Parts: sequence; structure tokens; C-alpha cells
Amino acid sequence: MDSKIISGELKRCSTWQFALWISAAGAVLLWGVYAMLLCWFKGLNQTNMNDSYGFALWIWADLAIIALGGGAFFTGFLRYIIGKDELKNIVNYAVIIGFICYSSALIILGIDVGQPIRGWFIFWHANVHSMLTEVAFCLTCYLFVLIIEYIPIILENRRIDNIPFFHNLGHNMHSIMAVFAATGVFLSFFHQGSLGGVSGVLFGRPFAYREGVLIWPWTFFLFTWSAAACGPCFTILITKITEKITGKRLVKDNVIELLAKISGWMIGTYIIAKIIDTVYWIKVTLPATGFGLMDFYSNNPFYGIWILVLEIVICGILPALILISEKGRKNRYGLIIAAILAVLGVCINRWVLVLQVMAAPVLTFETWQMYFPSWQEIATTILPLAYGIIIISFSYRYLPVFPQEKELNPWTINGGK
Amino acid sequence: MFPFCFEWIWDMSHIVFMGGLWFALIIIGLGMTYCIGRTFYDTYIFKGKDGHN
Repeated sequence: MDSKIISGELKRCSTWQFALWISAAGAVLLWGVYAMLLCWFKGLNQTNMNDSYGFALWIWADLAIIALGGGAFFTGFLRYIIGKDELKNIVNYAVIIGFICYSSALIILGIDVGQPIRGWFIFWHANVHSMLTEVAFCLTCYLFVLIIEYIPIILENRRIDNIPFFHNLGHNMHSIMAVFAATGVFLSFFHQGSLGGVSGVLFGRPFAYREGVLIWPWTFFLFTWSAAACGPCFTILITKITEKITGKRLVKDNVIELLAKISGWMIGTYIIAKIIDTVYWIKVTLPATGFGLMDFYSNNPFYGIWILVLEIVICGILPALILISEKGRKNRYGLIIAAILAVLGVCINRWVLVLQVMAAPVLTFETWQMYFPSWQEIATTILPLAYGIIIISFSYRYLPVFPQEKELNPWTINGGK
Repeated sequence: MFPFCFEWIWDMSHIVFMGGLWFALIIIGLGMTYCIGRTFYDTYIFKGKDGHN
């Protein structure tokens, strides 16, 4: 039915199969939208947030998906600024994943602020002493950049590309994409960093507080670094999942391996910096505030020292070693396990610096505050997953996202053998 | 926020924060203006689907 607008000569599943797939994802999306409407119309009493948890599941989800979306800016940086030409075969997909992550983050923020129609206040009545203001600025501008990077991919649809204006527009946008990519790197550096800075400057909460340079705590740099390191792993992971679902190879191994190798070195250097930061925090920062390490990893039902070991050793050192080693990243299972661990590691890092910070007692009369999100919070956090599946499905079906697909799957071309 | 708003103060925080925002928006705006302008030229004056060639 829609064969005339399907990308190129490539074969795609039948319309009814596609409709069924989209309906399943759409049902989950509607569940999330229902929860979102409840939060908007009935208020934030629909959540389990309270005086202890002003930041909760949504802020963790925001930080995590922004970090995972870091694959877009870092792949763009490597492709357009450093000149790693091989990455042109995966940069389209990285952009789409980045677009999904950043637009999802803004949707979640739109729910979290309670009154999204006042969202423009942050631009007009900006509090220039808040790192979150800078995050809002950069996040919004970077979403514009991602939309601009996504438009040429949409314009490459076979029907749209036949219209001269759109064909030329796509070409002209490609020709100055390096400018947009550089702007994206500038914006990403600051908002990824400021998201880390938000917890690092909390001198009243010794679990989060870090020293730093000038106005920037070390968490500022660690957040940017970890996003650049683990974002490409998320791109690799989603690419592999897409290959599994479609039953096709979509990107050549040398492209994936290059991205994995760079990601491995980035994770390796990041985790060394993270270990130094943690040791300094344990030996210098914490004692100065009257706390010891185990004050933050005991006397509560959930947060034990295991979470620190899991974040740094299992989801930090291990994926770095796998990806740095040629044998490790060339092994199919090794690559996927390393990508999953790296993604998990950055999510745990964000969880710890949002939710464990809120849970840990600070004053002598306080106790650990545990929190479990309401179903509305869970549904609205799952919403981006369904939204992402729908965007990826439409993009894969109708747009030439993977330049190497035809070469890697000659038997699936319409009319071919 | 613009310098003519009542909340504006001529200090480093406002200049750096808001300057950074305008800087990014201007680059994005100029970039897109160039693309659209050039596309109009290529399509309607140069008159070709591959006007860029």
C-alpha cells in the first residue's frame, strides 16, 4: 500500500505487519499519555514525590536519556569535526536516536514542571545563577540542532527527494552540517556538564558535593565525559537491536568496531577520572564534612556498597576493557555485553547522583528516605520508549537511514533475488 | 530575556548566560537562513533539481 514511499528499493515488511507493530507501541504510548494528562490536569499529587524528593524518577530519566543521547553529538563530532569518514554510515541513526532522547527529555520535563504553558518563563525570566537555566537553554537549542540534522534524512525519502526544492534543501543542509554539528558539540558540552554540576554544587549534601575548578565541580566534567563515552555504546546497542528485529545487517562491522574502540577508550579514561574523583571524595571531601564512606552505604534497605562496585567495576572497568581489546570488541557477544554494561553504568551513575543524594540523611535527626514511584511516574517514563520505537520504525521504513543496507543485503532488494 | 527587560542587569552572569543563548540561536538561525536562501536560488533562479552541481 505504501510501497511508493518506502525508502529506495529496499524491502520492508507488509503494511499490516507494520500497522500491528505500531499499534502495540502505540498502546504503550497512549498509556503514558493518559498518565501525562492525569499529571497535567490533577497535578503533581499523582506522583510519589514529596518534600524529600523534589527530584525523582523523571529527573533520573531525563539525565539518563540525555547521557544516552550523547551518542549523537559525539558521533557528529567525530564525523564532521575530527573527520572519521567511516562514521557517515551510522551518523544518521545516531542523530535519530539523539533526537528521540532529547525530545523525550523535554516531554518529561514538560510533565515535571507541572505547568508546561509556563515553560517559556525560564527563557524570559532566567535565573542566571542556576545551572539548570543553562541546561534548559542548551537542551532546547540542541534539540533545534538535532531537528536540523534530522530534516535532511527526512528529505531523502524517495518521494520527497523528487521535489527539486526539497532535494536542494537537503543538499544545502548537508553542505553546512559541520557548523550545526560544532554548535551541537558546544551546546552538549555545557548542558551535559551542567547536569552534573547541579549535584556537584550541593555543598549541603556531602554525598553529592564535589570540589572543582572555578565555578565547575568535577561532576561537571565527569558528566560530559561519561555521556561522550557511553552515548556511542547506546547507539551501537540500538543498532544491534534493530538488526536483530529486522533480520538484516545494517552497518558494517568496521564502522561499529571503530565507534566501539573510541567509546572503549573514552570509558577507560572516564572511569580512571571517576575512580580518582571517588578516592579524593572518600579521603578528603567527606572527612571534611564529618562523614565517612559507609554513612552513605549502610543502614538502609537498598543502597549498599554494591551499587558503587556495580557502577565503577562491573559497568565501568569491565566494558572499557572489553571495548579497548580488539578481540573483545570483535566478538559479537563481547561487544553487546560491553555496550549493555556501559549503558547500565551511566544510568546507575545518574540514579545515584539524583536519587541516592535525595535518600541519604544529612542532619543528625534525619533518617534514610526511600521512594518508589507511582504508576503515573512509571508510565510517563516508559512513554519515551514507545515514542522512540515508533519514530525509529517510521524512519527505518520510509527513510534511507543506513547507507550500507543495500550493499549488505542484496537479496532483499525489491525485484532482486 | 533582553537588555530592555526590567529584570536585566549589566553583570557578567547575564552577559555570559544570555550571550551564550543568543550566540547559539544566531548561529542556528543564520545557518538555516543560508540553507533556505541558497535553496531558493538553486531551485527558482538557477532552476535545477541539482542546482548545486
